[in-house]
Amino acid sequence: MLEQYAPILMLLAAVMGFALFNIGLSELVGRRRRAVGKEAAYECGMGSYGTNARLRLSIHFYLVAVLFILFDVEVLLLVPWAVAAKGFGEAGVGMHVFGCVAAFLIVLEVGLAYVWAKGGLTWDR
Amino acid sequence: MTVTLVTLLKILVIYGGLINVAALMTLAERKVSAWMQFRIGPNRVGPWGVLQPLADGVKFIFKEEFTPEGANKFLFRIAPMLSAVPAMLTVAVLPLAGDIAIPKLGTFDLPFFGPTELGGITTNLSITDLDISVLFVLAVSGLSIYGIILGGWASNSKYSLLGALRASAQMISYELTLMLSLLSIVVMTGSLDLREIATSQATIGQWHIWTQPLAFILFVVATFAETNRHPFDFAECEPELVGGFHTEYSSMKFALFFMGEYCAMAVMSGLTVTFFLGGFGVPFWPDAPWFVELPAFLAKTAFFLFLFIWVRWTLPRFRFDQLMGLSWKWLLNLALFNLFLTGLASALGWF
Repeated sequence: MLEQYAPILMLLAAVMGFALFNIGLSELVGRRRRAVGKEAAYECGMGSYGTNARLRLSIHFYLVAVLFILFDVEVLLLVPWAVAAKGFGEAGVGMHVFGCVAAFLIVLEVGLAYVWAKGGLTWDR
Repeated sequence: MTVTLVTLLKILVIYGGLINVAALMTLAERKVSAWMQFRIGPNRVGPWGVLQPLADGVKFIFKEEFTPEGANKFLFRIAPMLSAVPAMLTVAVLPLAGDIAIPKLGTFDLPFFGPTELGGITTNLSITDLDISVLFVLAVSGLSIYGIILGGWASNSKYSLLGALRASAQMISYELTLMLSLLSIVVMTGSLDLREIATSQATIGQWHIWTQPLAFILFVVATFAETNRHPFDFAECEPELVGGFHTEYSSMKFALFFMGEYCAMAVMSGLTVTFFLGGFGVPFWPDAPWFVELPAFLAKTAFFLFLFIWVRWTLPRFRFDQLMGLSWKWLLNLALFNLFLTGLASALGWF
């Protein structure tokens, strides 16, 4: 079974080789001239405002990330059912299993509605 | 021995083809945008400017590399690779055509291996066939977000950081829609194998674009957002963020970000075709030979690649809160609803 993955490793080697070759080549042959202010971060042509750009961020980005993790795990839980759904139907338990999955989907939907009602999906408040 | 050689040959042809598609897409983008705006577009390098990508590549190599001060040098260097490699890796499982029978070629005296019998096998035109290729594609394409967020963070520039944050928030939001819309196809097919999904749509009537129209629309919208394309290109929205996450990048590192983006577009178009338009199947000709199936697949994929350009030069850009609202309030609910209906129909034994 695992030999199916060998071509992927070969492709990975080819892709990494391509990327490293291109970056290496341009680092080798690209010319460099140093100048005052050239290496400053670009900010609309004026002198940069402060040297550290790692600013405090809107909390919403973290909220989106947390919500993504929650929903992604739940979607992944649905994958085994999705593959086996036909088999359940052929075994005559399709409706029973779908009942369980529907309950799960409804819980998911209620969770989403709760986040929405709490304003978690509204970007600016 | 033959299997290894055939695999190497397939990697060479398919990966080389992908890079060429990505290069030609940069030309097509400029040509099509020029035609849509009554301009001519690049026409100096070669006939119709077809050698323009090559000229660009040479120029990229000779351009100056520089790292902004305060940047995290290691992350700044590997970020373009982290962005490009997963995008190019997903092509491994894309089924491009059906079986190819390689005739017996006789026995050859190879260096290091001695006399070896070559040929006499039947192979598929895809680099590899996995049972779980749908999961492979989703998992690997999800990795390219690391390149974008690390590139934006390592640059130590405010525009880069904001662009990277926007890109990551947008990509993870639309990934949910992407996965959920695919799950309804998986319910119908009962397989996570892309080749099986493609071959299960033998006739035009069985194409999933007819059986799952809502999933098709959701999937196409999500691919636009996943590849950071217009109208969802907040990662590099030039009027407000200059270049977004690649503001500080130059030379080949900049080019790699774009190679990754165009490769991702090509693979995503191929996936759309595989999931919804019968993959490599030729309409009205079941059991077509592989040299007919491959052009059929490429033609269908070319349409979606054109759609990416067409949409870019037609629609205005969203606002960022609208983008996130669209994903979480509309597309996610619609995808869950669609999966619910599909599951119900499957449980009732409708297909």
